Amino acid sequence: MADYVKMWKELGMDLEAHDNLCQVLPTAVGDVFLTQENRPKAMDFWDLVISEVHGIRPAELIEEQKKGRKVFGTFCVFVPDEIIIALNGIVTGLCGGSQFWVPGGEAVLPKNTCPLIKASVGARLGKTCPFFRIADVYVGETTCDGKKKAYEILGEDVPMIIMDVPQMKRPKDIKKWKDEIADFAAKVEDITGNKLTVEKLKEAIDIINNKRKAMKRVYDARKSLNLPISGRDTLLMTQISFFDDPVRCAEMCNKLADELEERIKNGVSVVKEDTKRILVTGTPLAVPNWKLHNIIETSGAAVVCEEMCTGTRYFENLVDNSGNTLDELFMALSERYMKNNCACFTPNPGRIEDIIRLAKEYKADGVIDCSLKFCGLYDIEKKHVSEALKKEGIPVLSLETDYEDSDSGQLRTRIEAFVEMMKG
Amino acid sequence: MNKKYSAGIDIGSTCAKTIVLDKDGKVVYKDLRPTGYSSVDTAESIRHTIEEAFGKDSFHTVATGYGRISVPFADNKVTEISCHAKGAVRLFDKNDINVIDIGGQDTKLIVIENGVVSEFLMNDKCSAGTGRFLEVMANTLSVSPEELCAMAEKGNETRISSLCTVFAESEVINLIGKGTPREDIAYAVIDSIVEKVKTQSGKLRMNNGPLCLTGGLCDYGYVVKMLSKAFNKDVMTKPDARYAGAMGAALYAASQM
Ligand code: SF4
Ligand code: SF4
Repeated sequence: MADYVKMWKELGMDLEAHDNLCQVLPTAVGDVFLTQENRPKAMDFWDLVISEVHGIRPAELIEEQKKGRKVFGTFCVFVPDEIIIALNGIVTGLCGGSQFWVPGGEAVLPKNTCPLIKASVGARLGKTCPFFRIADVYVGETTCDGKKKAYEILGEDVPMIIMDVPQMKRPKDIKKWKDEIADFAAKVEDITGNKLTVEKLKEAIDIINNKRKAMKRVYDARKSLNLPISGRDTLLMTQISFFDDPVRCAEMCNKLADELEERIKNGVSVVKEDTKRILVTGTPLAVPNWKLHNIIETSGAAVVCEEMCTGTRYFENLVDNSGNTLDELFMALSERYMKNNCACFTPNPGRIEDIIRLAKEYKADGVIDCSLKFCGLYDIEKKHVSEALKKEGIPVLSLETDYEDSDSGQLRTRIEAFVEMMKG
Repeated sequence: MNKKYSAGIDIGSTCAKTIVLDKDGKVVYKDLRPTGYSSVDTAESIRHTIEEAFGKDSFHTVATGYGRISVPFADNKVTEISCHAKGAVRLFDKNDINVIDIGGQDTKLIVIENGVVSEFLMNDKCSAGTGRFLEVMANTLSVSPEELCAMAEKGNETRISSLCTVFAESEVINLIGKGTPREDIAYAVIDSIVEKVKTQSGKLRMNNGPLCLTGGLCDYGYVVKMLSKAFNKDVMTKPDARYAGAMGAALYAASQM
């Protein structure tokens, strides 16, 4: 780790505070991941990346910046990576998933803001996350009210592009998102100094589609009743994929998928046969938020799928690459991205359909719908989610939590009771 | 196995309850004591007592309640949701019931169909609508919870609007300052607990079976009466209903023997 101190210093980070953060992370990684038995060998890659999460990838990004490439930090899966990649930019996720950053966020935001927003703002203002320092530009989006307003605060400290995400899914909204993507492309052209071409964009679409396909292969392996990988490990893979180079990401995911498919063939499972299979849905789980998965998987159940942005919503649906003009490709991008069923849309029946479909595909015994505290969108939508699941005869447990550890005992009781209930 | 008894130990936030069943499922021992500061010590002293009475190594034990992890000698742990359900089914001798458990620190609503849990809800993020709320308010009025219930019976309709214990307490202090009769304030306190439970119940689908109250408030006839009024349905309870969790744990223990 020592090698990185110089880099962190040059990034203007608060080294003392950062040291405290570095001290808690290894314990968490040890407790959550390394205690698991019989993990896929290919997880070594993600173990290494997470153990030096503030070192390895940031150093790569800085190297690329030296060559003149620009780094774009994003907060939402609505931002089309393809545009940035096509213009030789680099994308990195910027979501705060640790309680460590929350107090820093609370210094400028109301307490009743969701922890994801508070942590993201805290990570920037507290100067304790290299990714937040490295990004040349942040790309925000108009999804929930909390984020919209928080971007105004972040915007005082760092250049921001805001994309206007529609709130409904009518044809005119899809058209509007296409126009928004075109405007975004023009801005990224300005920042990178490169010119967008049909060829470049098609190439980028392929790169990201390949990453999606690779991630899907890993997820598909979880559909097997012979569960070849834990939910925690898959979540880590997904979380890191927001930060990684998309080509390497696809390569690593494919390698993991090869191993998982082999495991299924050989009957190698990470859990006992009667372990209850859980589909998790709700607000995103930004790195290093592993709390829910950890409690579920130490309560006699296993997470087999995540219907969330750190899950299926990140890779489902490919972009149609057959267009021959930028305009056609922008439309294809819009059509793909607008299939995302975030709770910021109204009405949002697609999400309910997805949850039921995925519960069946992944042979889930039950669904846990968990939202972050103060996220009104997902909290309100719980009503429809649970009604629809009950109608389907699928057990559902609705939960609310934040990044603090203080409610772990209460969550555990509910989750254990839910598992006992499914066992009958 | 040659263990003669099955024991259920329910370590709640205020009270620890124990039930011992013999091989025929008959209750041979029952015990209630404050949990105190250390649930580990309490669990140890329970072990001591039952071992004295029935002999060492003669139990299969299941622990439940929020302190279930503090019972190292238990053969198994089962959550209070499952235990309350199983215990209530036996205590009320019905397979389709709805259970309201008002505990010291939390409130549980459990729907039971064919003897097993079909849905549950648990409120423990705040103490509103729990035994703790009643205790805090009784303290503010300088009476015991029993006395508060007796007073409430004579009170006139009065409301506390706040659902948070801390704010509700200052509301009560305000009412005292305004000279509101203590009976009316007591009325408002019970009303607030009942309302909170009623509101929560809207989130699940109760069945047509009886509504049963378990937990520490089952002795308070007035609470039972007001719950019946709010739910528009006779709420059943019995003195032993506070042992529902321990009973369920003992039954789990018996089934695992
Ligand atoms: S949950 Fe909604 S706002 Fe959040 S990342 Fe996903 S799409 Fe974006
Ligand atoms: S979790 Fe909810 S409130 Fe928080 S950023 Fe996402 S959509 Fe907004």
